[in-house]
Amino acid sequence: MAAVDDLQFEEFGDEATSAANPGATTIHIEGPSESPAHQPGLSRGSGGEEDDELLGNDDSDKTELLAGQKKSSPFWTFEYYQTFFDVDTYQVFDRIKGSLLPIPGKNFVRLYIRSNPDLYGPFWICATLVFAIAISGNLSNFLIHLGEKTYHYVPEFRKVSIAATIIYAYAWLVPLALWGFLMWRNSKVMNIVSYSFLEIVCVYGYSLFIYIPTAVLWIIPQKAVRWILVMIALGISGSVLAMTFWPAVREDNRRIALATIVTIVFLHTLLSVGCLAYFFDAPEMDHLPTATVAPNQTVAAAK
Amino acid sequence: MAEAAESSGDPGTTSPRPLFAGLSDISISQDIPVEGEITIPMRSHIREFDSSTLNESVQNTIMRDLKAVGKKFMHVLYPRKSNTLLRDWDLWGPLILCVTLALMLQRSSIDSEKDGGPQFAEVFVIVWFGAVTITLNSKLLGGNISFFQSLCVLGYCILPLTVAMLVCRLVLLAEPGPINFVVRFFVVIVMFAWSIVASTAFLADSQPPNRKALAIYPVFLFYFVISWMILTFTPQ
Repeated sequence: MAAVDDLQFEEFGDEATSAANPGATTIHIEGPSESPAHQPGLSRGSGGEEDDELLGNDDSDKTELLAGQKKSSPFWTFEYYQTFFDVDTYQVFDRIKGSLLPIPGKNFVRLYIRSNPDLYGPFWICATLVFAIAISGNLSNFLIHLGEKTYHYVPEFRKVSIAATIIYAYAWLVPLALWGFLMWRNSKVMNIVSYSFLEIVCVYGYSLFIYIPTAVLWIIPQKAVRWILVMIALGISGSVLAMTFWPAVREDNRRIALATIVTIVFLHTLLSVGCLAYFFDAPEMDHLPTATVAPNQTVAAAK
Repeated sequence: MAEAAESSGDPGTTSPRPLFAGLSDISISQDIPVEGEITIPMRSHIREFDSSTLNESVQNTIMRDLKAVGKKFMHVLYPRKSNTLLRDWDLWGPLILCVTLALMLQRSSIDSEKDGGPQFAEVFVIVWFGAVTITLNSKLLGGNISFFQSLCVLGYCILPLTVAMLVCRLVLLAEPGPINFVVRFFVVIVMFAWSIVASTAFLADSQPPNRKALAIYPVFLFYFVISWMILTFTPQ
């Protein structure tokens, strides 16, 4: 924790001296020309994280310049969209790991995305989540009603399109609203940290990854198990989101900052609880007294 | 050579003679053959071939296309690293397979329930939009495969799953029960693995080496969803 405080303090120091001290600007001048070549090397060195933090922090305004340099193709060419998929396999895995292990003080955007937001992760994590929820919901309903003779199994294909609408709307509209809100607050309060729209989409997309194993585990038809899973998933992804956006609203009015974080977590809760309630039937059969359930099961087994 | 050209095209200069000034005076001796015929020997054959496809019978045309499709089916069933599928791509095979699969998977019109299996249009849309999305994904990641080649490979590799669908429909004619389900499950799993192996054999080489897993994962998801639709198919 002391190292993190040192780094944060150093972030102010560098930006204050960079204008005053011409000696420091030589480092900054080398930075933008070097970092396109350095960036793969930097990302690969997961051991030298403090160096990465340093360079990521004191180039905070230079990284925006880099982002402008990268996306130089006009938006109607194919190359423009290729810049959003400029990630390697290990980078995607690192980002997924970062979303699963929120470490207090380490910002997901700073640490993993560092001005290279990708659309691969958000798009395919949402696609996997849509199918995971639809298939798991179908399976769990089938298993719950397994013994009943009157239940006719239907694959319920319509739920796939409903799940797709919900998940993709959440993963794109909520970041849009949040980005608009942060831009509006940024115009009133000078924030040190501001995120681009794609970085917010990236954070939201990767934070949804924890729900994929959660949806698979929701097949277990025990209410207590399901709610514990909701708590765990919400805890992990909610803390990733909160720790990402806290530096962005920290400078603002205390109440607005808290309200923003609470709203982010609340919407996340709404998504997970809503999916659980809509796609997974309540396991009522398991909650009836076992006396009525056991004869059904033994009768079905005997047949 | 450039200096010689400059000196010969520049008559007014009185500069000292450059190095290759005498080259222009050299004449070519007669025994070096520099003339000959430039004809393309195959040209007349190609012209005949072009006009003959217009005049040939319909049966010939159809059989030629069917043979090409059948040859690609064999390549899918015995996947080796060859680029026949990529070189001569066609979309007839994927269309035949997709229509067959969608016809077999659609729920019957007698079924009046709102929730049920997919309709014909839904299966069709999933297969084609899934293939287009995977192709776009692999191109955006930097793969050097053309759009239609990738569609061709993905479409042809549905063949094992179509065979699985046929087998499942036959098995479902027998009496329902857990053994029925286990047999269908086993068949679908094997065919799913076969599809993945076949498409990976064709597609993997065209991806940049450090992004192979990123390009292959959507293919896995695509065939998994199709396998799920096949496995959960219940006749009315």
